[in-house]
This record gives sequence, structure tokens and C-alpha cells, in this order.
Amino acid sequence: MSVVAAPAGSLGRRPGVGALPSPRGGRLVQRFIRQRAGVFGLAVISCLLVVAVAGEAIAPYDWRAQDVLARFGGISPQHWLGTDELGRDIFSRILYGTRFSLVIGLGAVALSFGVGTALGIVAGFYPRLDGPLMRLVDVMLAFPGILLAIAIVGALGPGLISVIVAIGTTEIPGFARLNRSIVLSLRQREFVVAARVLGAPDRSILGRHVLLNLVSPLVIFASLRISTAILAGATLSFLGLGIQPPIPEWGAMVSTARQYIATAPHTFVYPTLAIFAAVIGFNLLGDAVRDTLDPTLRA
Amino acid sequence: MTQYILRRLLQLPIILFGVSVLVFLVLHLVPGNPALAIAGADAPPETVAAIERELGLDRPLPEQYVLYIGRVVQGDLGRSLRSRRPVLADVMDALPNTLQLAVVAAAITPVFAIPLGVLAAARRGTLVDTSLMLVSMLGITLPVFALALGFMWIFAYQLRLFPISGYGGPIWTSDGLRSVTLPALTLAIGAVALLARLTRSAMLEVLNQDYVRSARAKGLREGVVLLRHALANAMLPVVTVVGLQVAALLSGAVVTETVFAWPGVGRLAVFAIQARDFPLVQGTVLVIAVMFVLVNLAVDVLYAYVDPRIHYG
Repeated sequence: MSVVAAPAGSLGRRPGVGALPSPRGGRLVQRFIRQRAGVFGLAVISCLLVVAVAGEAIAPYDWRAQDVLARFGGISPQHWLGTDELGRDIFSRILYGTRFSLVIGLGAVALSFGVGTALGIVAGFYPRLDGPLMRLVDVMLAFPGILLAIAIVGALGPGLISVIVAIGTTEIPGFARLNRSIVLSLRQREFVVAARVLGAPDRSILGRHVLLNLVSPLVIFASLRISTAILAGATLSFLGLGIQPPIPEWGAMVSTARQYIATAPHTFVYPTLAIFAAVIGFNLLGDAVRDTLDPTLRA
Repeated sequence: MTQYILRRLLQLPIILFGVSVLVFLVLHLVPGNPALAIAGADAPPETVAAIERELGLDRPLPEQYVLYIGRVVQGDLGRSLRSRRPVLADVMDALPNTLQLAVVAAAITPVFAIPLGVLAAARRGTLVDTSLMLVSMLGITLPVFALALGFMWIFAYQLRLFPISGYGGPIWTSDGLRSVTLPALTLAIGAVALLARLTRSAMLEVLNQDYVRSARAKGLREGVVLLRHALANAMLPVVTVVGLQVAALLSGAVVTETVFAWPGVGRLAVFAIQARDFPLVQGTVLVIAVMFVLVNLAVDVLYAYVDPRIHYG
């Protein structure tokens, strides 16, 4: 049916949503490898993924195992990062906690990706629904940063699923707006207009011409939002609203360590460094993904 | 431009309506019976029924909303379930403290950020530049709570320069000034880092312009070139970003206030959620969101005046 094929990734040079004609996979890999920071980020995240899956198997101690005689121990051959207020091995706890941060980051972004993309495409493609849907997004943006997530998680109660839902919800407006703006600009493009003139149904226009062109900007945006979601998750847990102690989610560990900050600052330093590593890892990877898929956006 | 402002003003009621609906619905997100969740699982049925009546939970949802919004517009945000005080009174007690913190943070941001950004741009590519940009990266990436605890550990516990936490009084007293320093610094640091990076890139852009070369060519001192010719022109993109800071200040205040036991609305919101005091949650969230919407509107309208080149379609 499609006489006019969509030129893949030809989105014009709108700031923030541009895309060059996509080169073949091999070229992309080459371009990615040339970015040392991105490769480093990928390495960090790969390690975190391995730890998230195999954390308990690698860990020298059980994350629950207490040794009250060895409370607040410093770095030692037995305890690489020392022990906490109950004599639990901090290194083992951080390893076990990895999975929570990653699941929160990836889960929340997956949720907002799905819902936000659907909202944005519908709003951009069907002008009649644009107004109402965008007002809804405006309302969600009326809550500064983490406040909406705090309210949602407060109502749902603490827990992994609540945290993912709360953070995922606050991330929806960004995805919705991005998708809408791209779809709006695509609607004006010759290949979409041509397909429409030739009588292509909405379904085929959306599937063949619109969705394909959304892939690259969406991958870029999503990869940059993961670190934000991880930070938000750690913050909720730190405030006592997310994952609850004794589960060693990193933010929850810092929250507990707060009481002992004067005497045992190491209990707060290492979980913080873990959060930092994850955030930096995803940021570097996200930047590299952006520069790989769309070098014109490089800052 | 008048049209733009008018349109924004017309949208305001719609946004506020949506915000109130969302805040209202938060209570109904509570799994199961909210009254039971508030009273505790083993509360006597009479207590649960009393809470249901107080919150109007025994009526249909639209009716509940109409009753709720009717009371809100009269300034009645309900009563706190714990302290039994009017929610509005609690919020109004906390609000000036948050504003004080936010204003101090907003005031110190450019004081640190702009000189650092100019310095980095003037020493582009040197060790000074690289290390400044690296540190600013830290400021953007580190979670606010980690910064807060770090500052607390260094300046309060180790150096004993500032009190560990709490509110020391109005800012013009010495105790007040000392108590606001660490929270305000924590709150400002993300914005300082961001603004310093922006000032640097805006300066680098401007320093390539012909008029800067001319200024140098006619023998002006480098300081004059940097400040009078470059910085003045680099400020425009920088001003645009300051508005974004408002969001960061308000949401950062939630964490900062909690860590430093600063009696503002952010800490009040967290406290209310921990205590499952839902009228208080709704009240604080509503007030913060409305404040945020109004400030954003004011900032946007201000831009329309400041930069006449911006077209608002």
C-alpha cells in the first residue's frame, strides 16, 4: 500500500527533537565506542546490572546478618566498607540494594514511557483531544518536582510498587510533551501528507510513518530520565516514604545513617557513593546515546 | 504580548481547578477505606465512622469534591487529624519559614554562580576551568539529601561553625542568620552549579563576538572587557534559567527542610504523610502547588517584558 515510504529519522532540525538519517547499526556502534565517557557509563551500568541480579551470591555476608560486637566498624579485610549500627556488612548491603534502585529507575521510566508516549501521540495526532490532554499534563506540571510523587506515595503507602507508580506518574508529562511536539511536526511533513492523500488509514500512518520516527528521540530522552528516576526513588526512601529499612535500598540506608552521622560518617558515605555511581553511569550513557543517535544535539 | 498574558491568566482557573481535583483525589488513592487507614486497623467502628463523617467519605465522590472545594475557597482546609488545629493555620505558620529559606537561597545563587562561570570562561581549558566544571557536575548530580548531610557533617559537626539543625529566629538576628546558612546553601548548590555552567557557556559564546575583539583591540583592560562587554550580553540566557530555579527551590525545600528540621511547608508535608494526616497532606500540597503555579506565571509574564524578542504564539 505504501507508495511513499517514510524517510527514517528525517525530523527536521527542531531543537531537541532533531534526528539525522539513521546510519546502519555498525556505524552506530563505532560512533558510540568513540565516546569514552559513554563507554565508561556503560561499564558502570553493566556492573550494576550484574550486581543487581547476582548481588546476594557475590556478597561476602548476608545483608541481614548482624554482629552486634562489630558495630560501626571501619574498613577492614573482613568488612570492606565497614559495618553499620547493627554490625551488618555495608558492602553486602549495598550490593543487595542495587536491585531496588535499578528496578525503580527502569520501572518508573518504563511506566512514564508507555503512558506518556500514548498520551502524546494521541494528543498530537487527534487535534480534538489535544486541548484536554495537554491541560491534564499542565496540571501535573503544576506540582514542583518530587511533590506529586510524595503525595502519591503518601496515599498508596510505602513500598516498591508505590514508589515506581509515584515516580512514573511524575515523569509522564515530559514524555507526553516530547511525543506530542514530534507528532505535531511530523503531521506537517510531506510523507505523512502524501500517505494521507493516497488514502492510508490512520493506523498505517501512525504505525509506519509516525512511530518509526519517534524511536530515536524517545530512546535519547528515556535514557536521560533513568538517572532522575533513580535519584527520586532514593529521595523518597530517604524521606521514609519509599522502601523501608531494614531493606538496604540506598536512600533508606542513608536515612538510617543520618542518626549516626557524627560518630560514624562512613555509614552514610558509601550508600551515597553508590547512588552517585548509578546516577553518573546513566547520565554518561544517556549523553553518549544522544550523541550517537543525533550528533547535532551535542552541547 | 498583552494577548499572551491574557491567555495565561485565562488558563489559570483551569489549572487551579485541575490541581484541586488532583489533590482531592489523593485521599481516594489510599487503598481500602481511608478512614480505616487513618484510624488504624484495630480502631473501634465508631471512630472509623466519625472520621468518615468528618472527611465526608460517606457521600458520593462528586458531592465530596463540591463540598471540599466550597470550603477551600472560603479558606477552610479542614482540621489536622493529629493536632486538631485548622490546616490553614499550620500552613500559614510554616510558609514564612519556607519563603525565608527560598529567598536566601535564591539570593546567594548568582553571587556564587556568576563569578565562577565568568572565571571558568576566562580561563577556558585550564585546570581552573576543568576543576570548576567537574565540581559543578557534582553539584548537579549529588542528591540533595547527601549534600545536606555532607554540609552538616563538615560545617556543623567538624568545624562547629553553624548549628546542626533547627530554626534560630528571624534572619536579621545572628542566631537566625547562622541557622539559615546551611539549609540555604544546600538548597542553592544545585542552582549554583547549573547557573555557573550556563554563565560559562553563554560567556564563551559572547567572547567570540566581534565587539569583544574590538573592545580588546582598542586596548581596554581584560576585566572591563569581561564584565562590561561580555557579561552584560551573556546575562540574557542566564536570566531565562533563573525561572526554572523556582521549581528546584520548592521541591528541594522538602528534602532540605526535613534534614535540617527547618519548620517550613516542605517538612510539614513530609510530616503529614508520615503521620497519615490526610487533611494536612492535602492542605500543604495544595498550597505549595498553587504558590508554584502563581510564581511560574509571574516569571513567564516577567520574561515577556524583559526580552521583547521572545514571541509567545
